[in-house]
Amino acid sequence: MNEETDNVSASEVSTGRELVLPGDMLSDSKYKAGSGTYLENGKIFASQLGIVSVRSNFINVVPLAGRFIPKVGDQVIGIIMDVGPSNWLIDINSPYPAPMHINEAPWKVEFGDTGRYLTVGDLILGKIFMVDEVKHVQVTMRSHGLRKLQGGQVVEISHSKVPRVIGRNGSMIQMIKNSTGCRIIVGQNGRIWLDGEMEAISTAVTAIQMIEREAQTIGLTDKLRELLESANKKKG
Amino acid sequence: MGGAKTDIKLIDENGLRFDGRKPDELRPIRIEANVLKRADGSAYLEWGGNKVIAAVYGPRECHPRHMQDPLRAVVQAKYNMASFSVSDRKRPGPDRRSQEISKIISEAFEHVIFTHLFPRTSIDVYMEVLQADAGTRCAALTAASVALADAGIPMRDLVSSCAAGKVQDTIVLDLRKEEDNFGEADMPLGIVPRTGEIVLLQMDGDLTLEEFNKTMSLATEACHKIYELQKDALRRKYGVTDDEDVQESVDAVAESVPDRQEEAEEAFEDEQEES
Repeated sequence: MNEETDNVSASEVSTGRELVLPGDMLSDSKYKAGSGTYLENGKIFASQLGIVSVRSNFINVVPLAGRFIPKVGDQVIGIIMDVGPSNWLIDINSPYPAPMHINEAPWKVEFGDTGRYLTVGDLILGKIFMVDEVKHVQVTMRSHGLRKLQGGQVVEISHSKVPRVIGRNGSMIQMIKNSTGCRIIVGQNGRIWLDGEMEAISTAVTAIQMIEREAQTIGLTDKLRELLESANKKKG
Repeated sequence: MGGAKTDIKLIDENGLRFDGRKPDELRPIRIEANVLKRADGSAYLEWGGNKVIAAVYGPRECHPRHMQDPLRAVVQAKYNMASFSVSDRKRPGPDRRSQEISKIISEAFEHVIFTHLFPRTSIDVYMEVLQADAGTRCAALTAASVALADAGIPMRDLVSSCAAGKVQDTIVLDLRKEEDNFGEADMPLGIVPRTGEIVLLQMDGDLTLEEFNKTMSLATEACHKIYELQKDALRRKYGVTDDEDVQESVDAVAESVPDRQEEAEEAFEDEQEES
């Protein structure tokens, strides 16, 4: 009888895409515990509110909420919070402030000369290059395409909605870019930088906020297309 | 408590209570998740005459600094009663009672939250009692637990809580104000429903061992009922249909999780091309 109930739960999981809450059982030993899950007595439970996804033997919970926790390699949009003689302190929209050493800046910066390159309030496109076990984070700008962001504006969304805004192979963000003609950069930390004409930006921001608000709803792509088209009509 | 004298008949001849409930009957409970825009997670709960709002912030940088734990997050719960929550104006501000409740609720949550995932941070839980009618700590704990899940905090399970006690020699569930004031004992209980672990247990008044066991089983059973209400509140808020389009959108999110970096880079490169 036990065997039977186990099979039922496993088959439920393989169809996937259901909402789970902390403490919901996901599977017995058939899968490996992935992110958003935990293992207890050989059984896998959800640890977060989210949606189940099974990928190559791993069972994961894709969270629907939560703060951005930096991972090595994440591309983020940061705001300079403080300037030290040999580093900048950067707010990356996470519980952890992230310093960037002068050696990680894309310029040759003399000790004490930091303020000439980046000052408080400046925006940067950076990358997380180190996170240790007590979550000391370090940011770098020494990589392809990383730079100071000049002009434009930033909107903040929940970092868990970032993949939805980007869409499958960047389809969503591409649609917004093509329609509005804005330059858009999406940081993994939920900050989105936009630059372009005032009207175009405001359309893009409305679109992004709609995606965030209705990330789970039916026909979002069509709704987005409608919104962008009506904005274009008004303009043209 | 402890049985002040009263003329009110708390239990009638038919064994029914002051408000017509059976001894093992809960007051009506309504929970709503995600009611506040600014907080990371929130919940509103009505439980009989109790009205509680809970908000969760975090994990966020821990202030004051000396409270930081280099290895795990600290849970800082704050229970507060509004000055208009009781019939006599309650003097605002923290008092002995609310500090005690804040502490036990923090400790209850520390037990279920995976604090080791967020070293050096704090998870702040604020509970505001807007209207009180006995059992507010259970109501606050129940609401806060929904708010924590709503905030996406990783935890082993929700925490459910309910009180039971003794009124005129009868063991009753979920005491209301009159029963609490003039009854003999009140025992709030908080459990992890999935495992049955106890994370909060207090008792005001006296019970024999036999009475205690009966009270415990009554409260535990009620906690499991409340657990279902909590889960229902979250499902209602985040409910996902089986519609194909929704599934596709979830797929898009799920696919991008392991290689979200790649997509950000793609998006970035597109941006480069255009500029």
